[in-house]
Amino acid sequence: MKKLVLTAAALAMSAGMALAGSHATTVRMGTEGAYPPYNFINDAGEVDGFERELGDELCKRAELTCEWVTNDWDSIIPNLVSGNYDTIIAGMSITPERDEVIDFTQEYIPGSPSAYVALSDDVDTTGGVIAAQTATIQAGYVADSGATLVEFATADETIAAVRNGEADAVLADKDFLAPIVAESNGELKFVGDDVVIGGGVGMGVRESDTELKEKFNAAIQSMKDDGSLNALIRKWFGEDAQTF
Amino acid sequence: MSACLDTIVAYGLRSIGIGERLLPKRDFTLCEHFTLIGSGLLWNLYFGILAIFFGFFLANAIAMAKANRRWWLRKPAEWFIFIFRGSPLFIQFFLFYEAFVLLPKMGWDINLGFTEITVETRWLTRAWLGALIVLILNTTAYSAEIFYGALKSIPKGDIEAADAYGLTGWKRYRRIIWPTMLRLAWPAYTNEAIFLFHATTLVFFSGFPAWRQKGDALYYASYFADKTFNPFVAYPILAGYFILLTLTVIAVYGAINRRLNRHLPQEARRKLRIRPNVVR
Amino acid sequence: MFSWCTDPDTLEGLAWLSCYLTTGKHMAFYRSFGTVMVLLLVTAPVALAFGFAGAMAARSHFAPLRWLGKGYTAVVRGVPDIAFFLFFVIALDQGIEYLRHRIKCPDWSEPIRQGNDFVVCPAAKMPLSSAPQWVHETYGFALAVITFAIVFGAFAANVLYGGMRAVPRAQMETAEAYGMSRRQAFWRIMVPQMWVYALPGLGNLWMILIKATPLLFLLGVEDIVYWARELGGSKTSAFTYPHPDWRLYYFLALLVFYLLLTRVSEIVLDRLMARLTHGQATSGAKSGGRAADKGLAI
Repeated sequence: MKKLVLTAAALAMSAGMALAGSHATTVRMGTEGAYPPYNFINDAGEVDGFERELGDELCKRAELTCEWVTNDWDSIIPNLVSGNYDTIIAGMSITPERDEVIDFTQEYIPGSPSAYVALSDDVDTTGGVIAAQTATIQAGYVADSGATLVEFATADETIAAVRNGEADAVLADKDFLAPIVAESNGELKFVGDDVVIGGGVGMGVRESDTELKEKFNAAIQSMKDDGSLNALIRKWFGEDAQTF
Repeated sequence: MSACLDTIVAYGLRSIGIGERLLPKRDFTLCEHFTLIGSGLLWNLYFGILAIFFGFFLANAIAMAKANRRWWLRKPAEWFIFIFRGSPLFIQFFLFYEAFVLLPKMGWDINLGFTEITVETRWLTRAWLGALIVLILNTTAYSAEIFYGALKSIPKGDIEAADAYGLTGWKRYRRIIWPTMLRLAWPAYTNEAIFLFHATTLVFFSGFPAWRQKGDALYYASYFADKTFNPFVAYPILAGYFILLTLTVIAVYGAINRRLNRHLPQEARRKLRIRPNVVR
Repeated sequence: MFSWCTDPDTLEGLAWLSCYLTTGKHMAFYRSFGTVMVLLLVTAPVALAFGFAGAMAARSHFAPLRWLGKGYTAVVRGVPDIAFFLFFVIALDQGIEYLRHRIKCPDWSEPIRQGNDFVVCPAAKMPLSSAPQWVHETYGFALAVITFAIVFGAFAANVLYGGMRAVPRAQMETAEAYGMSRRQAFWRIMVPQMWVYALPGLGNLWMILIKATPLLFLLGVEDIVYWARELGGSKTSAFTYPHPDWRLYYFLALLVFYLLLTRVSEIVLDRLMARLTHGQATSGAKSGGRAADKGLAI
């Protein structure tokens, strides 16, 4: 009898601790910090961009304390599942492959198109040499399209490859490319049709973390309902950006 | 089992562009892991073997230049060794790649008698040539320093004996100095070879872009780790392959070492064995 | 930073550059040079300790311990450090959290592995998720130090093992003749003498360690390569200081940094060697001098 009571007490205690723990814990937001305007490190050395502003607002609405951490893109999912941070908010498109390993909240950016950028108009996007960042959905798309895929470790290098003639064109998120094209003084231009790969962009969470996922889902929904999400998208991606 | 044979046929030479063009996308099997990573290993072998081959001859020349009394031979050799040994290979890859893409795109036709080939500067930006050049220069610098160290520690008596026998110039070098140098340098040179093979994993990781998903062992290992989001399968397989490769290098170099030392009495041979660890 | 930096768009030339080079981000870049130096200075003794333990194990008369010591050096030396870094840190981190979980939350009923997820109780998190950012960074740094130390410990073990064997046998025999036990002879005769033989190899290892530091960014530490890439990449006008691709200049700066560090180390090691071998005629001291060293995959 005594033993039973003790176990029960221990259970109650640990449950209490878990509860107290969940209040005290900070949600760590993992991002890449190298993909403007989604997320980047500003000149003060802090995480900035669309997702920083969005994430802070979501945390406020969900009444969570949030902390920002950056992680290399290549290992961003392994580090989430091993618990080094609790969410991925890094312009990550929702794809079936990723969905098998982690869970996504609802989209906070509608399915955004990818686009080809090149130096001249007469580029063959299905037979030429196309640059893409390693381990992105665009790299997979180019490999399937029949074009010659050249992979670079960072997005910056893919643009450089087009500029110096290594690659005929680059395939990347249109939102990422737009400011670069706009500021290239006509040197770079969009070619071919936009392609839609994968779904929209959502926050990644561990599959076991359903509670957190629901909190963020509710917060995103509330931002969609009052129109503040659309305003935020327009602020960072321009007036023509797709909204909800 | 037969499914695995199919995989090997499809992907065994994928890294050099033979076989299935598209990489597996989902439901990865262990067989696919082993086959593709092993296929990528071909590139590591290619870079390692060729760099060691060319580097060996260049290193001999540079080591001689560094040991030379004339400053205009010695100084450039010293600087070459210092710059390549003093900076991370990672940064050397980056700087060379940047330099190679700046070269104007040109081509020359070279008539080989039976066939005509076009040599293009564009090749320099490709890993198979550009990265190979960087690796050759890098291993040349390290090996040259090893050879130079060995050259300096050749027992004076050996050279005096050669003089006494009337050996001079080229003959003295070829018969006495060079073999002794090689014998003394060999253990350290073995380590250099091991490290060079390890260094080849950096080629596609940070230096040169991978074309048509043709990459080395690390490239495919990180492809799997990226698709399965699980680093605990692909990287240990890669590690296993490299342990085998290292053991092979040690065996080959050990055989050469025995040949180099075969004239020595048993006792002296063992003595020399001790030194490798110290020199390393 | 400076008073004139309030509106960077209007600045030009040197004034612009002076503001650009003193942004918060550049300060973080400059600090990361300190990070690299601290890593080098902390890792070296830890790796030496690992190496000493490894060498002692490899010399042990107890067979399993000997296999452990030899296996450790053989396996770690056989694997490219880059491959090791890519999975080892996560494994180490999970291992630590697993142990803490077993100790701190014995009543936890949920499985730790849920599909792909690695879930431990909140109290076992290392560091606690509510801990401030600097604790997380320090922890990440400590993991990097341990990982580096394990890799370089294997090489150091090899060098020290060689150093121990290079101590003339006659010395040990003399010690035994004076009635010292094996243990006494080891600590009083062999250990003090082996350093001279091991120093050239250890010096080379230090050079290799210097050149392996660019791999730190793989371990999640924001080191000089991380910042050089980050700062050098082209910046659109979303940034306060837009500029084209300047990675070349940043990497040239890193090149100079590494060359200087190597040069200074070479001079210090040469002096140390000259002092240690003063009046001593050891072949190890002479021939080993500057012979072999090579960036571990770098």
